[in-house]
Amino acid sequence: MSVALGAAVSPGRPWLNRRRSFREASAPVAVALVLAAVANLVTGLAGLLGFYLAFVIFFAATSLVFGLRHDKVKAIDKFATAFVVVGFATAFIPWVSILVTLAQKGWPAIYGGYFTNDMSVTGADDDLGMGGLSHAIMGTFLILLVASVIAIPLGILTAAYITEIRGRLSGFVRVMVQSMSGVPSVVAGLFIYATVVSRYQFSGVAGALALAILMLPTIARTAEEVLKLVPEEIRSASYALGASQMATTFRIILPSARSGLITASMLGIARVAGETAPLLLTSFYSAIFSRKLTGEPLASLPMYVFQNFTVGTEHALTRAWGGAFVLLSLILSLFILARFVGGRTNK
Amino acid sequence: MAIAIDSGTASSIERRKISEKRSLGDRVFRRGVTAGALTSFVVMCFIAALLFFRGFEIFRAFGLDFVTTSTWDAADGTIENAKFGVAAMLVGSIVTAVIAMVVAFPFVVASALFLEFYASKKLKFILVSILDLMAAIPSIIYGLWGYLVLMPLAAGWAATINKYLGWIPIFGVEVENFDASPFVSGLVLALMILPIAMSVTREVYSRAPLDQIQAAYALGGSRWGAIRAVVLPFGRSGLVGGMLLGLGRALGETIAVLLTLNLVFEVKFQILASAGGSVASLIASRIGEATPLELKALMAAGLVLFVLTLLVNFGASSIVARAERRVQ
Repeated sequence: MSVALGAAVSPGRPWLNRRRSFREASAPVAVALVLAAVANLVTGLAGLLGFYLAFVIFFAATSLVFGLRHDKVKAIDKFATAFVVVGFATAFIPWVSILVTLAQKGWPAIYGGYFTNDMSVTGADDDLGMGGLSHAIMGTFLILLVASVIAIPLGILTAAYITEIRGRLSGFVRVMVQSMSGVPSVVAGLFIYATVVSRYQFSGVAGALALAILMLPTIARTAEEVLKLVPEEIRSASYALGASQMATTFRIILPSARSGLITASMLGIARVAGETAPLLLTSFYSAIFSRKLTGEPLASLPMYVFQNFTVGTEHALTRAWGGAFVLLSLILSLFILARFVGGRTNK
Repeated sequence: MAIAIDSGTASSIERRKISEKRSLGDRVFRRGVTAGALTSFVVMCFIAALLFFRGFEIFRAFGLDFVTTSTWDAADGTIENAKFGVAAMLVGSIVTAVIAMVVAFPFVVASALFLEFYASKKLKFILVSILDLMAAIPSIIYGLWGYLVLMPLAAGWAATINKYLGWIPIFGVEVENFDASPFVSGLVLALMILPIAMSVTREVYSRAPLDQIQAAYALGGSRWGAIRAVVLPFGRSGLVGGMLLGLGRALGETIAVLLTLNLVFEVKFQILASAGGSVASLIASRIGEATPLELKALMAAGLVLFVLTLLVNFGASSIVARAERRVQ
């Protein structure tokens, strides 16, 4: 009986089942809003940001004061709550600003021909109804394709070594992958610049090699997590039926983790799709639509943005925002797709 | 007849030999996977070796001066007349990264606590998904936004700070130009390191011992009481590790800093002034027009950056690993 009772009492999370009355929670907010509005009108805290700053200060103060109606402990608790909530909300403001600015400033650059024209006959400062970024999309696609072909198999092999072979070097390999993920992107670019570009030319392949270096650790780490989830019983069953380790890995383990591995690959691609610094040193930029991966510079979306930014005139900046908008849309859809594919396995 | 068949097959059925040895295919397979897994090691070695050998001439000619002086002059392309030193860039990298850490710190703590102890389960799920997406915003977009949207605002904040706190040396300026200062790029970097630092910290906070939190509540403590007495002390090393991982990111960041910082070859600690340094941005900005000799100097600078970020990342991941091991 006592055992059953002991088992029934599972540890709860006391911070979750706390009901606060709406009035109790909203009173400090309302008072702070009014005070902030007054401060916004009469003092130097003008504008939207000034209003927000004033609100934050008054909210902290009113939380403390309202809490003091109970006792000191309650007052400090309320003050801390204000700090935590406001801190989190404030961290979100810049991101909202980034997304809004991207949509607002990037939208004018986008028109029907934006995705089918290149910049070979259009200057960065020409009217917005001309030119486009088809060359950049093509370049990014090719570079990412080659980088994936190199990095995805290697990343999965690295993960398979840790989960399947389980050799003596597992710990070492994990540390290496960890430190490789910390390699600054510009150093990866510099490495390829010194080995490939300085000998041949700026080229799409060079860019792909640099991105492959940055992709590998992301894929290896995510794939390792995925392969760890494959139940040990499946492995044992396969061996018990007399399958070799190679057959077990390639025909049992990897296929059963397929959607997870696809997620890992997509995360790796999304992670490097926006890298600019390594491409600046390896594939550089060209204004002309091209499918050639070797022998000549190749355009890419990040470099398109960077190039137009350095020109710096009004139309060029709008083009930069437009390119950034397209780039972010691409990355976010990759991410959401990866989540979607991965989400299905977990269920 | 049945007997005949039995006797016919009996001789062909033999007991399978049990062997400890792996088949040839498996041995090849294991070698192959091991070789593939060592790619990361090989690449890391190649990077270090290549940067070292390409920059060797510079290290030999300038020795320690390369990291303690700050003149960057390729002169006529001969090593006798040229002068290369990355002190200003190195100090600048560290200064901007530290500004980013200081700015990000309260937000990291507040956000991690909010997601773990204040948000409902559903809200937490949504917010964490959004944060993961935000971590994917490429640095060129942070740079673009930092230059065109944040900088005009931040220059105004810098002017205000300078007006009231200008008597403190680091907030002083010689010329009243607050654009493209370490302060501005520090703010951009703070935003960039927030997601990673936050997720590591949150991970450690979520493992805070539940029994102790309940004990704090049982003793009449408030939510904040439990957090202060249990969660914060418990999660301290996770927080430090998360911030250090962010520091590693910030040190290696190139494009966002290049767009928002005015590179000047002089060691300065005036964070609001329009002059700063960054090793990574130096490489990206100079490589286009570098002479062969300067290229070697850039390789040497790359090695300095590589070693620095490697050390920071090692420190960070060992702290995080220890924090996580202690829990289990």
